[in-house]
Amino acid sequence: MRWWPNPQRTDVMSTRVSHREGAPENPFGDLAEWTIASDIQAIDHVVDGVISFCASAGFSARHRRFNVPIALTEALSNAILRGNQNDKSRRVHITSSVRITPENATLLIDVTDEGEGFDVDNAGGSPDSPDWLDREDGRGVFLMRSLMDRVECGPAAGDCGYTVRLILYRT
Amino acid sequence: MSFQVTKDQGATVVDVAGQLVVTNRQEFKQLVLDEIERGARLLVVDFSRSPYIDSSGLGALVSLGKRMREAGGELRLAGLNEDLRTLFELTRLDALFPIFASRADALVAQSAAN
Repeated sequence: MRWWPNPQRTDVMSTRVSHREGAPENPFGDLAEWTIASDIQAIDHVVDGVISFCASAGFSARHRRFNVPIALTEALSNAILRGNQNDKSRRVHITSSVRITPENATLLIDVTDEGEGFDVDNAGGSPDSPDWLDREDGRGVFLMRSLMDRVECGPAAGDCGYTVRLILYRT
Repeated sequence: MSFQVTKDQGATVVDVAGQLVVTNRQEFKQLVLDEIERGARLLVVDFSRSPYIDSSGLGALVSLGKRMREAGGELRLAGLNEDLRTLFELTRLDALFPIFASRADALVAQSAAN
């Protein structure tokens, strides 16, 4: 918690960094977690933390300044505005972790809301849709898919909620 | 994150310092709408100090571009870094907006048009 402490914020309920037993050495920790209220003003705080996490894990400058912040902002705003319907009493839980193998490292970001979820495969549109250019909304899922190597989604573990997982390989 | 409005060579220039995302899109949109309401018909959005834009920011630009065209004006984008250019190409929005390398280029194009 030494690198993004902000105890005065009421929209950020908890922040935690931990080392899992047997996990590869990483001075920044290999698992970071946040729990935030459904308030879009909390998004920047989480994005800043995940970018710092990516830096310590050796992800490229382009990944840190472009791919991750945009895709994560989309996932968080979806969770807050769609999943939790902007209900500030509902929470969003975020975990960021890195899996390191001899060949590569993979960033996994899980964004879990307390909503019913949506079909990410059929959400949004495509730049090839006839009405694409004039639409004010509907690009979020497309951007997540374009900027990450993989996007997965499904019901969260436990009683309720929905998780979107962003997956990015270190290059 | 902040926005600054200046007048330059008869155009209205909005400088975006920081990301244009869901948290500030409404502030940006209202600021530009106010400028259109005051009579701005050539508006340059300068992104040279902006690292990224999310889908909400792109949506705000789409909406404002449409509003500006309806008012008989033009909304131009300037100073996009390589990442932002990629973003506009990915979403095909590079076809919707006149995009210039710099604010100066966007303003020169205005002079040429006149």
